[in-house]
Amino acid sequence: MMNQHGPALSSLLVGSSPSPTRGAGPLLATLFLSLVFLVLPALSARAAMNIQEVTSPKGITAWLVEDYSVPIVAIRFVFDGGATQDPPGKEGLANLMSGLFDEGAGNLDSEAFQIKLDEVGAEMSFDAQRDGIYGSMRMLADQRDGAFDLLRVAVNQPRFDQVPIDRIRAQILSGIIASERDPDTLAQRKWLDAIYGRHPYARPDQGTRQSIATITPADLSAFHKANFARDGLHVAVVGAIDAETLKQKLDLVFGSLPEKQALTPVPDIDLKLGQQLEVVYDQPQASLQLAYPGVKRNAPDFFAAVLMNEILGGGTFTSRLFDEVREKRGLAYSVSSDLVDHQHSEALSITTSTRADRAAETLAVVRDVVKRMADEGPTEAELAATKKYMIGAYAINNLNSSGAIASTLVEIQLGKLGIDYMQRRAALINAVTQDQVKAVAKKLLSAEPAVMVVGPKLGAANKG
Amino acid sequence: MTFQAEWLRGTLLGLALVMAAPALAGNNPDDGVVTDFLLDNGMEVVVIPDHRAPIVTHMVWYKIGSADEPPGKSGIAHFFEHLMFKATSNHAAGELDRAVAAIGGSDNAFTSYDYTAFHETVVPQALGEMMGFEADRMRNLILNDDVIKTERDVILEERRSRIDSNPQAVLDEEVDATLWQNQPYRIPVIGWMQEMEKLNRTDAMAFYNKYYTPNNAVLVVAGDVEPETVKALAEKTYGKVARGPDLPPRIRPVEPEQNTRRTVTLTDGRVSVPSFTTQWVVPSYHTAKPGEAEALDVLSEILGGGNRSRLYQELVVRQGIAATAGAFFQGTMLDDTNFTVYGAPRGDAKLADVEAAVDAEIARIAKDGVTSDELEKSKDRFVRSMIFARDKQEDMANIYGSTLATGGNVQDVQQWPDRIRKVTADQVKEVAARYLNLDHATTGYLLPQTQAGN
Repeated sequence: MMNQHGPALSSLLVGSSPSPTRGAGPLLATLFLSLVFLVLPALSARAAMNIQEVTSPKGITAWLVEDYSVPIVAIRFVFDGGATQDPPGKEGLANLMSGLFDEGAGNLDSEAFQIKLDEVGAEMSFDAQRDGIYGSMRMLADQRDGAFDLLRVAVNQPRFDQVPIDRIRAQILSGIIASERDPDTLAQRKWLDAIYGRHPYARPDQGTRQSIATITPADLSAFHKANFARDGLHVAVVGAIDAETLKQKLDLVFGSLPEKQALTPVPDIDLKLGQQLEVVYDQPQASLQLAYPGVKRNAPDFFAAVLMNEILGGGTFTSRLFDEVREKRGLAYSVSSDLVDHQHSEALSITTSTRADRAAETLAVVRDVVKRMADEGPTEAELAATKKYMIGAYAINNLNSSGAIASTLVEIQLGKLGIDYMQRRAALINAVTQDQVKAVAKKLLSAEPAVMVVGPKLGAANKG
Repeated sequence: MTFQAEWLRGTLLGLALVMAAPALAGNNPDDGVVTDFLLDNGMEVVVIPDHRAPIVTHMVWYKIGSADEPPGKSGIAHFFEHLMFKATSNHAAGELDRAVAAIGGSDNAFTSYDYTAFHETVVPQALGEMMGFEADRMRNLILNDDVIKTERDVILEERRSRIDSNPQAVLDEEVDATLWQNQPYRIPVIGWMQEMEKLNRTDAMAFYNKYYTPNNAVLVVAGDVEPETVKALAEKTYGKVARGPDLPPRIRPVEPEQNTRRTVTLTDGRVSVPSFTTQWVVPSYHTAKPGEAEALDVLSEILGGGNRSRLYQELVVRQGIAATAGAFFQGTMLDDTNFTVYGAPRGDAKLADVEAAVDAEIARIAKDGVTSDELEKSKDRFVRSMIFARDKQEDMANIYGSTLATGGNVQDVQQWPDRIRKVTADQVKEVAARYLNLDHATTGYLLPQTQAGN
């Protein structure tokens, strides 16, 4: 959510989306340089990581990685549900709520809570995503009692006072207004409507001018009660804390929550592919976005699809799309493909931005690379190299800080992959055959994609 | 939140890196004990052990950035960074990327005003191989016109992507060119389009031969490795590269005194909420008198470093006129740097209201100083941000690399927390009064089209 509470500075280091952007970051020096730092790989992979399953007396389960190398503790948790649970007409409710946990709780008003949070040296953040509301806290080990206690009041007794509600709502509104004439935002809006139709995934997580205006303290309290319950909770903790202490903290923070969530069921949805969208805007570049079918996280051909995607346009400088679009032709600075898995939909998406007068050429190259993958699949050598990459890169990409480890453990829980997933993962990847990758390539990439072009009208050359 | 908040996030992050600190001892006896030494050919080496995981980050920092470019060749430093991934006399183009990918590692590079860095994160067993690749491309790059042409198209797309498609970036570029009238920071790192279009093989080779030498580079290795191992591997690889000619000191044109109020305005159809940034030229850690840059760091934190800052509390919370407001100071630069405040209105408030309120806070801090509570809490935040930074080793490597590439040394990084602790309330007031002169500031306005003509 927008409001990065917790004296921010270093908390901003957390959270990154690795993408191959070599040389990203020349501009404005350190401004962009710092963004580049975010895409840098990381170090502490903790290969011999021991994950303990800890269950508190009141029955709260968390996965724990005990580590005393740095005197900090990181906790991450998620409640199932998320923005899909926003009632119709109240879109943006989950997002607004996630901005209010450090704006007053228990007998502390907004000001008092934030002063206390600063004093105990902890950083707390909440974030409403489509399928869950996430919370994180990073604390100094020697002040963890004070930090966990603040987390307890925030999670159990958020006050939802009118004054901070109005302030945070006004900030969100300002963000909504700020992007109202931004062609990329408008394009994304159009894209979501087109591929998701009337499914909750099509709705803007931040809500609309109208919807957020209607949200009341009573809405927030009811939403909190329905979502913050123990049966939808997943927790991971990393750092300087032992299992016995953690059990007490789990009961302290989560033990008094209601037992059961009251969620509105959300249906699965197949994306509406096979359509062409165009958002015409006179700008020097055109951005291209394509969506193909994806695979579910628990599908038997999941890893075959992951390997195929990696070869097609994944996170290295060696993918086919990178090679054909950027290295050989200089058509774009970045081009990539991603497998996107939400709880109720999945897709393989390809994005790039290119000089407006060469947009048609770029789209043709992309389509051709996709077709070749669909027809022929990967070579034996590509598959072997990519398996090695994926096995080795897991730690660097996912376990590079305490917060990243906690985050990864929560995602493994959400995917129901098992506490031994990290040990099994390499074998799952190695077991994939070339034929399986060919089959999944054909299955996903033979479909007619949804394609969106944002920029000057295709074919109409722009004086770039 | 908005696009603008993302931009600010980026800027604050830079600050966090500057603030992060030397590691203290962890579980392993040598964890965090930083070693530095020189190779015979003049290459500096810094080793930051961290044995939590079997991974190392290997970085080569060249003391060459866009501010060192010859006139008329803007963008050559960044363009050359891209070209470093092409073929050498020993390795085909892409071989390094494939070697890194094959072991599940990652590699990248970046360019700034004062430095250019190349890095790989890999298992420790591959460290020697990575050093081999880096030492090789330090001297053995082969460039032909085809390679130049294609990669030049890539950087032109990069410019269109990052600057030309983004009104905030277009404005920032010209605000920089206005804030800096003489110092080379006025030129964008990516370069001006018309000069980028003409960059050629001759420019690239001249740049390469002048600056890519061991005596102009700093090697930073962080991770699961011992200093002795690094030394032995470095001597076998980098140590074989001949020392280049001594480079002249990096003395660049400096800024004259600013005697005017300067404004730069962009109105754009994509903008709906107006915003502003105001900047001043201030000393960096490299150019400041002792204690002054530290005081500027503390000032930026108290004035506008986060939700407890004066600007946030006064403008966003109490007055309720701003969607966002804050300040930052970019201290890790070779030459004088910038101190920035920013804000955007919310609700019925006007941009002018927000700007006036920001100015009022600056004037108040310059006149009345800061409280001891503010001072101590801001220092605490710096100190804990360092502890948090130790959790991520790449941050440590970046801190040492950027400091050494901007005229600092290992001790400067290690003693930084103590120097921050020594900052007094008087010093904070003094730097605010001395540098944040509202009559001699440079402001950029990003405005919606409806306000054009106002």
